[in-house]
This record gives sequence, C-alpha cells and structure tokens, in this order.
Amino acid sequence: MSQADTTQHPCHASDNVGLVMPEVFHFDTPLKLACGRTLETYDLVVETYGKLNAERSNAILICHALSGHHHAAGYHSEDDRKPGWWDAYIGPGKPIDTNRFFIVSLNNLGGCHGSTGPRSINPETGKPWGADFPNLRARDWVHSQARLADRLGIEQWAAVIGGSLGGMQAMRWSLEYPQRLRHCVVIASAMKLTAQNIAFNETARAAITSDPSYHHGNYQDHDTYPKGGLSVARMIGHITYLSDDGMGQKFGREIRSGSFAQGSDEPVEFQIESYLRYQGDVFSDSFDANTYILMTRALDYFDLAREYDDDPVKAFSRAQCRYLVVSFTTDWRFAPERSREIVDALVGADKPVSYAEVESAYGHDAFLIPIDRYYRLFSEYMKGVET
Amino acid sequence: MSLSLRTDLDVIQAWIRDGSRVLDLGCGDGTLMQNLRDHKRVTGYGLEIDPDHITTCIGKGLNVIDQNLNDGLANFADNSFDSVVMTQALQTMHAPHEVLLEMLRVGKECIVTFPNFGHWKARWHLLYNGRMPVSDLLPYQWYDTPNIHFCTFKDFEVLCRSLDINILQRQVVAERPISKLLKDLRPNLFGETAIYHLRKRQ
Repeated sequence: MSQADTTQHPCHASDNVGLVMPEVFHFDTPLKLACGRTLETYDLVVETYGKLNAERSNAILICHALSGHHHAAGYHSEDDRKPGWWDAYIGPGKPIDTNRFFIVSLNNLGGCHGSTGPRSINPETGKPWGADFPNLRARDWVHSQARLADRLGIEQWAAVIGGSLGGMQAMRWSLEYPQRLRHCVVIASAMKLTAQNIAFNETARAAITSDPSYHHGNYQDHDTYPKGGLSVARMIGHITYLSDDGMGQKFGREIRSGSFAQGSDEPVEFQIESYLRYQGDVFSDSFDANTYILMTRALDYFDLAREYDDDPVKAFSRAQCRYLVVSFTTDWRFAPERSREIVDALVGADKPVSYAEVESAYGHDAFLIPIDRYYRLFSEYMKGVET
Repeated sequence: MSLSLRTDLDVIQAWIRDGSRVLDLGCGDGTLMQNLRDHKRVTGYGLEIDPDHITTCIGKGLNVIDQNLNDGLANFADNSFDSVVMTQALQTMHAPHEVLLEMLRVGKECIVTFPNFGHWKARWHLLYNGRMPVSDLLPYQWYDTPNIHFCTFKDFEVLCRSLDINILQRQVVAERPISKLLKDLRPNLFGETAIYHLRKRQ
C-alpha cells in the first residue's frame, strides 16, 4: 500500500472499487423487440465489480437511468476526476458491497456509450442507424439483460436494482423473469409517468428535433450534430431533477457576472443560468441526441400494468421476490406518491415490501447522492440479501 | 412508541393465530412483528414513521412501510388482514375513534393496547398536586407530549359500545407489586396498561 497523501488518487481509497475496465459482449442471436422489429446482432458494454462466487448466487444487476451507462463505480484511469455515477453506493463496505456481491452494470441497448445504439452501424445499410434505430421499451432492455445473465452463467440475481428509469427495468424484471431474482430495489421510480412528466420529455425532444442540425435524426450522414438542441433538452431535464428548495439553497439569486448598479448596462448572468448552460454543454458533448429521444420515449411508454388489465395488483401477483422501495420528499419528477402506488399494489398482491420516504432537498437527483438515512437503510436492506 | 413490556407481547402473541396476516400500526423497532414472524409464522407489514425505527425493521428483515397513521389506512383493502394491531399508540392519534373503525375495516379483528389514565397514580397526581400527571410511565409535560388523547379503561369501553365494537377479550397489565395485586379487583384504578381484543359487531 502506498501511504495516504494528498496526491493519491481516490481510486486507491479502501472503499473504492479502484480502476475498472469495461468489456464488450457480442450477441448474434436475434432479439425480437416489443415494437415488432428485430435486432439481428448487438453489443453490450459491461462493467463488473467484485467476484462471482462458485455458486454464482451473489450477482447483482444495476439498471441505469435515462442518461446513465455501464460505468457505475470506480475509475477508468488515474486521470479521471470523477468516478462512476453510483460510486457513492457501490464499493467495499458500501450498501452494494463488492466484498459480498458481484455487480454487473451495463450500458443499455440504444445507448451511446458503447452498446449498440443509434450511433452504431446498421449492418444492413452499412450506415449509422440514426433515427431508424428501433424504438425500445424497458422490456427489451430486460430481455437483453437476461441474455447477458445467461452469458455470465447467472441463473438468478441476488438483486436487481435501479433508480428512476432503472427502477422501471427492475420492476419489469420481477414480472418477466420472476424466478430469476430474489430482491428488487426500486428507487425514485414509478409504475408509469404522469402527463406532466411526459410533457417535460416531449419539450426536451422538441428542443432536439427543432435544432436545424438534427436532420430528422440523420445528422451523422450530414456530418453535423444538434448540440444546441440536446443542450437545451438537458437543461430542461436538469431543472426537473432538482427541487425549488435545493436550487434556492445552491444558487439563490447569486450573480456570476454583470451588475444591477444604476447606470450600468452590463448584462447580468445569474449563477443558475451559467450552471445550467454548463450542464447542457458538458452533457451534449458526451451524449447522443437520438439516444436521448429513444430513452425519453421508453420512459413515456412504460406502463407496468398495461398488459395486466391495467391492474398493478394483478401485475405484481406474478412476482416472487422481495422489494425495497425508496422515494425522496422533494422529488417532484418521480414523486413519493408514485412510489406509494407501487407499495400499495405490492401490499395488495401480498408481496414482501419495505418502503421509506427519505427527507432530502435534492429532488430526483437525490437517489445518486450520499444521504445518511438513505445510505443506512439501503445498507441494512442489502445486508439481508443472501449471497 | 415501542412495545416495552414483555407481558403485553405474550398476551398479543397468544391472541394471534398461527400463520395469520397481520398489520402492525406504529410497529416501532419491530419487536412484535419479529416475534410474531419467528414464533407464529405470521406475515404482514408494520407501519412506522420514525426513520431510525424503519431502518431497524429493515435490518431485521421485516416488511415496514413509511406511513403516517394520522393519514388513515385508505390504501388498505377491507378485511385484508386477519389482525390489525396497535400497541401504545392510540392515545397519540388525532382521531382515535376513526382509527379504531379503520382498523376494524381493514382487519377481521384488532388488538389495541394503551396506558390507563385512570390509574390511581395519575388520579392522585391530579388530585393532590392539581397538575397533569408526569411519571415514569407518562414522562411528558402536557404541552409537549405525543399523547394527545388519553383515556381510562372505562372511557374506552364506552367508546367501543357507541361504535358498535365487540370486546372479545381484555387483559389488564400491571408491573408494580401493589397494582399487580389489586388490578383484577379494580382494573380502572390499578391497571397500568390494557390490551383489548376487538371485533366489529356483525
């Protein structure tokens, strides 16, 4: 062990999974999609943390949210400033404890971080899929994840865990493959989006599609990119992931530049403007516009009980796992009421479930952030997940 | 408020059938649910709002739901539980009479325990000091207490009659030697806690 000094990279911390390497899995068994189309072949990019035990019974699947990807924990190199998106909760001694569990985290189909998606080449045309990439639904991801489990020799997950859109996948798992998971952790999620929620997604999509560089989604053919549109889409989304209080606490009416002094016509920029613009800018550099449209549509289309006569109790009657459901007080995008609907349906179906509504000022983003109560209850729950 | 007395636990356990489905309102740290699960193969859920208690229950592998009892039980279906239990929390409810009716709507039976405000020490405190009782059993000042609806055994039984609730069984519990001796003679004077087994009249 090198000695702890200020120059040491955080990947060496005792509670960090350290340096990790993604791996690409190629699948050439055609995958029939919910929309009726078929993906003949596809790649999934995957990271794993911890060790699979001899019985192959300690595996946990992490399902990512709208803008997520496979890189959930650790660092890719000592040059990385930021760890994976859920590093606060995955690692040695953390709630999703890599000393006990083998954790599988992938970039979903349709993504833009290495798995087959709109940026990939369509083998039939030899050109990028672009807007012609099939519309996906949460169940398509679940089926592709099941094939990944087969490939890894995992018959049954100890737990399937997800926040937001990831929680939708976790719930879908428990209905599509009830015998293949023992626990389902659903954080800041919903059985279906509200009209307001769909409206936000449509506004974000409209920002992208109205960008002149969008070219009906075939911007790669035109060698251009709807950066402005995607940036605005992200800004809209970002506002809805924070809470009024949280934004107020963090930015208030602080001014970044300019002045309100009498006689000064120097333009004023608020901190929140600059912050949002920066977020949009960074995001649009690393994300794909078609993937954003695809992911938001998958969110909109999701309705857990649609094929169960719109009866969530009937839907959950199929399930065989235990559930942990968590929500956050200031999350208005996936409000606690939506989580309580999940819990009520599970109780109605007489399924084992625990539910906690965690006090937080961080809005929807709370599920990614270290919050003491959330951390402790998540840890306690995971300690009860048998390996 | 958590269940502290061993006697309460034993009585409640005896009244709950093996393998039944139970809803525990204000389940605290889950002591009762854990006992019922381990000794009577009981399934069901505890409702609680205290964050630390919820975490403790989760750690015990119990089903606990973050829910404020004052918001009602509208999310639970009629007769969906064999028993609905509430230990030492009725006196903290905004509307105890409505809670009782809700418990009997959701459960086929219910079990309620509460401290007896008619206990001689409480009466003596009020009579002699002219002030609201504060004791080791009721350790709060009147202005800062979760116990906003105290009653005596007699009060409770009058309420049950008016709500058409059938009292199946009543067990009076006392821990102090003198109370233990006299509780059967004058329960409303010497009983410290009552445990009622209730059912709605058909």
